[in-house]
Order: sequence, then structure tokens, then C-alpha cells
Amino acid sequence: MGLRKVAVVGAGMTQFVRRAQETPKELAFKATRAALDSCELSIQDIDAICLGTAPDTFDGIHMNGEYLSDGVGALGKPYIRSYVGGGTGVFVPIQGWYHVASGLFDLVLVVAEEKMSSYYPHPQGAFLTIFDHTTERPLKPNLLWIFALEMNRYMATYGISKEDIAQVSVLHKRNAADHPAALLGDKKITVQDVLNSEVLAWPVQRLDVSPVSDGAVAIVLAAEHVARRITDKPIWIEGVGWSLDTAYWTNRDLAYPRYVEVAAKMAYEMAGIKEPRKEIHIAEPYDPFDYKALHHLEGLQLADRGKAIELYLNGSAKRDGNLPICPSGGLLGVGNPIAAAGLMKIAELFWQLRGEADGRQIPGSPQKGIAQAWGDLMQVGTVVIMGK
Amino acid sequence: MNAKNRYYPINSLPESAFQDGSILFSFDTFNTRYAWDCGVAIGEYLAGLREGKIIGSTCPKCHRTMVPPRLFCEWCYQPVHHFLPLLDTGTILTFSLCYVSWDVQRITEPEIPAVIAIDGASKNHGILHKIGEIEPEKVHIGMRVRALWKAPEDRTGDITDILYFKPE
Repeated sequence: MGLRKVAVVGAGMTQFVRRAQETPKELAFKATRAALDSCELSIQDIDAICLGTAPDTFDGIHMNGEYLSDGVGALGKPYIRSYVGGGTGVFVPIQGWYHVASGLFDLVLVVAEEKMSSYYPHPQGAFLTIFDHTTERPLKPNLLWIFALEMNRYMATYGISKEDIAQVSVLHKRNAADHPAALLGDKKITVQDVLNSEVLAWPVQRLDVSPVSDGAVAIVLAAEHVARRITDKPIWIEGVGWSLDTAYWTNRDLAYPRYVEVAAKMAYEMAGIKEPRKEIHIAEPYDPFDYKALHHLEGLQLADRGKAIELYLNGSAKRDGNLPICPSGGLLGVGNPIAAAGLMKIAELFWQLRGEADGRQIPGSPQKGIAQAWGDLMQVGTVVIMGK
Repeated sequence: MNAKNRYYPINSLPESAFQDGSILFSFDTFNTRYAWDCGVAIGEYLAGLREGKIIGSTCPKCHRTMVPPRLFCEWCYQPVHHFLPLLDTGTILTFSLCYVSWDVQRITEPEIPAVIAIDGASKNHGILHKIGEIEPEKVHIGMRVRALWKAPEDRTGDITDILYFKPE
């Protein structure tokens, strides 16, 4: 296709917390500075900047990308902000990728920031306007409805139990206990804890859900000739894909995320991957809810429909298993500052593939990883494949 | 690269800081008001609801019948002109028992949102509505339900002209 090879050469992130004192700009600055420091670059080296941040409603600032620009070092540079809901964190590195792959820029900074806590009394309110204003909003829906409806449909279609799905939450939250930036890591959590947690919107219970969070993540992308001057361990972006399903969500098959399948197939084809179950060594599927990790693993073709739970039940999903899933701790454990949470998964693959994931390191020199996010009205799939 | 410049610590605030005034903050509200035109297809839908009917539309190319109706088929990208009344009965595709309100206040009696496949529409073509007149623990996927309408004189051409769906 005449595209240039693109590498990730640096990454940094803030802690994820329930409520940060720092403003969105200050959060973005800290993550950006950490990413630049990690590869010993200065902002003057950067050619262009891509920012991902979710609805303007969270911050109550119209054109939030412009407001945040100073915090991400965009002064006087080509700069763009993208937003595809929860899928943003894995879309913004795709946008950064085509900035570099196209030949237009050699060094691009990709930043994702989210501060959810300013919205009062609870950021869930910021999501109410995703429902159709005439046919749905008069019913006074809340965001939990759509997840609960999808989870119930998924469970009923394949006969999957709440007990089994709780294993996802347990593994991810335990993994997060090894992540220095995590909000909800818990080494001792059990399936019983998840099943005993408060019912919010059955079948969704408190510990099935990722926490509201504030935080930011940044990575640095480089063209091949530049990457090799910056680091001897570049991690390549080998495939990208994204796709959108219909917004008429009540007419869709809620048990299977076809939009993730389309995005994954695009990324696998670009990466030359024929047998993802053998060739992918780490998966970071998007896990704002525990069942979503399973749903997405199936869309990513890493499990047959209704069978992703077996990866958890047979131990494959653990860090020392055949297909480690969310070794970071995922959104369920590290936290879910929407856009930043997706980019955290890209940063995790970067650290894992370089062998720099410290206490979270997967053994055996993994070669390829996949990260995926999902969002808008349960309809967007964004996928990135990375390799050594 | 080392671990210390990879994860940047930030200041975590407890919720109580906003109650006891131990930090400085500003508070604001927006008054945003809208009058939304319902559009052509949803206009048909709302007019149907006022008459006690659920209206769908059929694609001339793939022949599927959609609800809520639209003026185009997003599968075929064809214009759609054929509107037709469906039945006011259907099957629960999925449901939830919801114990929290939009602002995460707790509620004792759960709301029961559901996606209901409407009889006369294509397979798995449902609408979002609520279930009523049933013990929450008795609701199940596959259950047959029927719309409970407001009295004709109280209908305004709104999705709430159906109060809820109840067991058939």
C-alpha cells in the first residue's frame, strides 16, 4: 500500500484515580511528559499531535480538544482531536499511525486524557444523551440499561452463568494489583465477592463494572528510520482496524459484536495474521464490564462464539497461560478513564513486548499482542496489533 | 527508561473534600433546552402511537421490516417509503432489573427495561421499552408481551403512549 512502518518508541501514564485534583490539562501534561521522558525526546522533536478525549460533556467545555491543546504540547503544531466514544483510546493511536505511515510526519505524539469526576453528581448522567431523543429518552433510560440488556442477551444465548463471568473480574482485578498506576487492584478478590456485590441493573453487579476514573496516557510514534535512532527496542504497529455498526441498537444481534469482527479482520489482514489464536500472544480486549471482555474476545476471533469463558476457566487467560488476557489488569482493575483506558492497553502491549512490564511481565518473550476498544452506542470496534 | 518516569503520581481527592470545603472548587450548571423535530419516519411512528399502533417500515430491496421505522434502510442504503402498522405484541429479547436511577440513586422497586421484538417486524427487530404488571423475578427472555396503551384521549404521539408491555 506504500505505507511506512510505524513504531511505538515511548509511553507514559498517570496513576488512574477516582477523583484527581489535577485539571484535565494538568493530567494530560503529566502523561505526555512521562512519555517524552521515557524515550528522551523533547516536545521540539515532535512533528504532530493526536489527542483522544471523550464527550465534551464530562468537562463541560465545548471544543475540549482546543482547551486541552496546551497541556499536550500542541502549541504551534499540527494537532487533531478524535472521539469515537469508548473506542477512542485505541482509535487515537490508529490516527497517529496514519499520520506517520502516510509519510506526512516522522514523530507523532498520541495522548488520551479523561477526567470523568467533574460531572455532577455522577458521570453516568453525561451519557444520557446517547439515547434517541424521541424514541428512547422519554423512557428515562440510564447507561447501565444497555450493558445489562446486552449482558443478559449474551448469557441467555450461550447459557453462560454469572459465576463463570465473575472469573473475568477476579482475574483482571488480581492482575491490576501488580500495576503501579491501578485504581482497583485486589490480590484477594474472589468470585463470591463479585456475586455478593450490590446489584445495580441485574445481571450487572457492582464488581462486574469498571470504576469511574481520572487519568491520562501518552505514547510516541516514530517512522522506521527515526525509531531505530531512538531505541533498539521499537515495537511495531503491524495492523489496525476500525468499524461501526448501526445506531439502531435494538435491531442488532446483541450477543455478538460484529463491528469488532470487521475491525479485527482488517487488522489481521494488514498484519499478515492467518491464525490469530496461535499468532497472538497477549490480548487486551476492552473490559469496561466483565462480560464485555468475553464478547470482544469472540469478536476478535480468539474464541468461538460463547466459548471465550473457557480461556478463563482453563487458565489460558492468566499471565503464564497460553493466551494471557488483560495482563495490565484492564479497565476492571486499572480503571476506566474512557479514552485513557484504551491507550493504557496500547502502553501495556508496548511494555510487555519490550520485556519492561516489571511485576506484570508475561514469561517467554511474547512476540505479538492485540488491543481493542469499543464505544459509541455499543457500536464501534477499534483494533491495533503490535509486534516486536 | 526506568519505572519511575513511566507512571506519574497524581493527587487523589476523597469525595468528602467537596463536602467539608477542604479544597477549593467551583460549581456550575447549564440550562440547555431543545425542541427536536421528530423527522419524517419517526413522525409516522409517533402519529401511529397516538392512534394506538406501532408503525414499521419495509425496505424495497431486502424486504426487511424495521421498527422504529426509518426513511432509508441502512443495510441496503435504499430509500424507504412503505410504512405499515405492526402488531402491539412481541417477545422479550432481553431485559434488566434496574435498581439505580440515571444519577445512580438507589431505587427499591426495580425498573424493567427490555428490548421487545415486535410481531410483524423482521426477526430480532425490537424496540426499547419497559415491562410491568409482573413480579420482577418472573420476567424471562422469550416471554410473550402486549403493549398497555394510555387511554386514547390521553395519548400525545409519544413513546410513552405505551405505558409498558405486560405479559400477554
